[in-house]
Amino acid sequence: MSTLTGTGAMVRLVLRRDRIRLPVWVVAVVALLMSSVASVSSLYTTPAERRTYAAAVGDNPVAVMMGGPGAGLPSLGAIVVFEIAVLGYVTVGLMSALLVVRHTRAEEEAGRTELLRAGVVGRHAGLVAALAVVAGASLAVGALMLAGIVALGLPVVGAMALAASFVAFGLVMAGVAAVAAQATEHPRGASGLALAALGLFFVLRAVGDVADSGLSWASPMGWALALRPFAEERWGALVLPLALAAAFVAAALALVDRRDVGAGLLPARPGRSTASRWLSGPLGLAVRQHRASFAGWATGLFLLGLAYGSVGDSVEQLVSDNPDLAAFFAASGTDLVDSFFAVAASFMALIGAGFALQVATRMRGEETAGRLEPLLGTAVPRWRWAASHLLVAVVGTTIVLGLAGLGLGLAHAVLTDDPAQVGRLTAAVLVYAPAVWTLVGVVAALFGLLPRAVGAAWAVLAGCAFVVLLGETLRLPDWAMDLSPFQHTPQVPAEAWAAGPLLALVAVAGALVAAGLVGLRRRDLTT
Amino acid sequence: MGSAISVSGLVKTFGSTRALDRLDLHVVPGEVHGFLGPNGSGKSTTIRVLLGLLRADEGSARLLDGDPWHDAVALHRRLAYVPGDVSLWPNLTGGEVIDLLGRLRGGVDEKRRDDLLERFDLDPAKKARSYSKGNRQKVALVAGLASDAELLLLDEPTSGLDPLMEAVFQDCILEAKSEGRTVLLSSHILAEVESLCDRVSIIRLGRTVQSGTLSELRHLTRTSLAVETVRPVTGLDQLPGVHDLAVDDGRVRFDVDTSSLDAAVRHLSKFGIRALTSNPPTLEELFLRHYGDEVGDPADQPAERAVDQPAERVAR
Repeated sequence: MSTLTGTGAMVRLVLRRDRIRLPVWVVAVVALLMSSVASVSSLYTTPAERRTYAAAVGDNPVAVMMGGPGAGLPSLGAIVVFEIAVLGYVTVGLMSALLVVRHTRAEEEAGRTELLRAGVVGRHAGLVAALAVVAGASLAVGALMLAGIVALGLPVVGAMALAASFVAFGLVMAGVAAVAAQATEHPRGASGLALAALGLFFVLRAVGDVADSGLSWASPMGWALALRPFAEERWGALVLPLALAAAFVAAALALVDRRDVGAGLLPARPGRSTASRWLSGPLGLAVRQHRASFAGWATGLFLLGLAYGSVGDSVEQLVSDNPDLAAFFAASGTDLVDSFFAVAASFMALIGAGFALQVATRMRGEETAGRLEPLLGTAVPRWRWAASHLLVAVVGTTIVLGLAGLGLGLAHAVLTDDPAQVGRLTAAVLVYAPAVWTLVGVVAALFGLLPRAVGAAWAVLAGCAFVVLLGETLRLPDWAMDLSPFQHTPQVPAEAWAAGPLLALVAVAGALVAAGLVGLRRRDLTT
Repeated sequence: MGSAISVSGLVKTFGSTRALDRLDLHVVPGEVHGFLGPNGSGKSTTIRVLLGLLRADEGSARLLDGDPWHDAVALHRRLAYVPGDVSLWPNLTGGEVIDLLGRLRGGVDEKRRDDLLERFDLDPAKKARSYSKGNRQKVALVAGLASDAELLLLDEPTSGLDPLMEAVFQDCILEAKSEGRTVLLSSHILAEVESLCDRVSIIRLGRTVQSGTLSELRHLTRTSLAVETVRPVTGLDQLPGVHDLAVDDGRVRFDVDTSSLDAAVRHLSKFGIRALTSNPPTLEELFLRHYGDEVGDPADQPAERAVDQPAERVAR
């Protein structure tokens, strides 16, 4: 019997389960990217405007970090690529990785794979079906982007290259997630591994592009940009991501052949037969539940900080190489290195907020999984249990942000031989802690008042990221930008300290948490 | 203290679903009280209200002379809860979960815990994710039984246990009873309820349809008789309380209401009894009569009758 028997039925199952989720992902990604394309093509209509744009960003390391090498500037197509390509890879990559894990390891841990595999379903059918659907989603994003960009009057060939690079990167991330789903027993671990790979791809490319070294060629995201859409397309570069995706899928299929259903690659080990004295209360339990993911996030953000810190030096190099840019920054009165670090800090704060939301939204996960019920059947008040998770979220992210800043400061201090940078840059990231606490407050309030809508907190974070990454480019109105707590954080070190907004954020966070705890006290437990 | 659990007229709705519809439940301190009902009849909802996890819409619920919603934490120090569908933290071992739940309640009796681990043959060093359903259930049972709680709320606690462990469980409940603890046992396993429970409440569609001691409930049920007589039996169908009569060549089979048993046997003896076998009423029969045949037979509805009289009156 073929190992692919039943793949068609599995594809239909995946489509049926995600008949809402899939279109939402595709439409959200396309809408995010197309809104940016539309605004770019309406903002930079004359060659003079495009030249000004290219002069401002082409050698600006902050922009290069987020936008890529900027091949083909100042054509309108190249500006579009510079503004949306990296954002597109990250969002398509997130979509692919999360969907693959959702339909492979998450199903397996829930025990549903066992039920299906006991039927007439081949060993590889589930994984292949998930990959097929996710590849279809990437293709849909590519097709819609192609249609949208061409509709705005940009060259068809360039649009095809950009769309193809999105699809190719989506396939790579689907392959990465497929392998990650074989390695770990838990969906959270698998998504974590895949997202760590996505982060690594981004950092390798960002550092490679800013330092103009060959490091970008170590990242599939660099390969996607090496296709050079709208700048004498190099279609041959498409071979690299496609080959890598195929290799990952082959590896994942081979791993399926070698392991038991439900098992990861590492055998389960016996643990303690009694609880240590740390595991005596809700706080001990919350720490225990989050410590592994805390270690992952802390390490990842510290390394990201080191990576950004290590390119700060080349920022200065770039500026001194470009007298126009140096004059521009001298005239505007801002220090380029400091603005680079301020942007890097806001970026790392957004990522760190992901950890805060992961911890805080776990409350709802515990409730729906039925694990809250036996806890509240003991002498634990509801507020104390919730406060334990919220405390881990608040303290945990503060440490994670501190470590990101420490990495940034340490690398820069070593390169510039200036120990004072350590404290200065640690503060630059830590200053975002109150903004992140506000997001924790949003989760707490949702959990207490609208428990079924806790997932909406992720949409709030996505909105904040949208404002930070694209707010200026899209010239969003001030009131819309001001909805994001990150907007109220002083951009140290490029701006001066201000305690007022930070205290206001702390007050908002406190009020949200209080509302959530009161709501939790009054509501039924639901599943 | 009058009662361990006193629930009357309890109503709980979820949207348009009326999960509890004026439910009554009275549990006396020191008794093992069986809580019976088909799937979805509201047993778990009742227990969740008693735990203060759900808030009652109407009616009153008292638990150990406290309010289950407002005094939840204080009450939980005095009770232990074992859910039927046990979900554990996958990366904690069974031993860690047992200790954690015990400590959250106020302390663990280590000797008792170790004794129970041995009796239930549970390996506490395994991670919870590798436990089978039965073993997860054992973790919850050991955690609950190792406590010194005066009230045990058990929601179908043995649905995953093998017969050997079922016997261990029954021993543990009888020990708990001899220690003077109160037990509310929701169960599907009627043999378990028959061998453990002093009194039983049967619910259906969120209402209590019957409540009383087992012998009182048996009184409401029918005995099956199979009789061989010297002369053919006549006139039996004229007697009140005789059902499902079948006459077959000198043998008769019928069911008789327990209250009419004496009259039926007296009538039969006139025809010269050669052999008589009787099957005593079982809880299972009672259960099936409430949820099986009579669901489609509105003419004969003892269920409705029992609702009209408050359940306590049946109990007395």
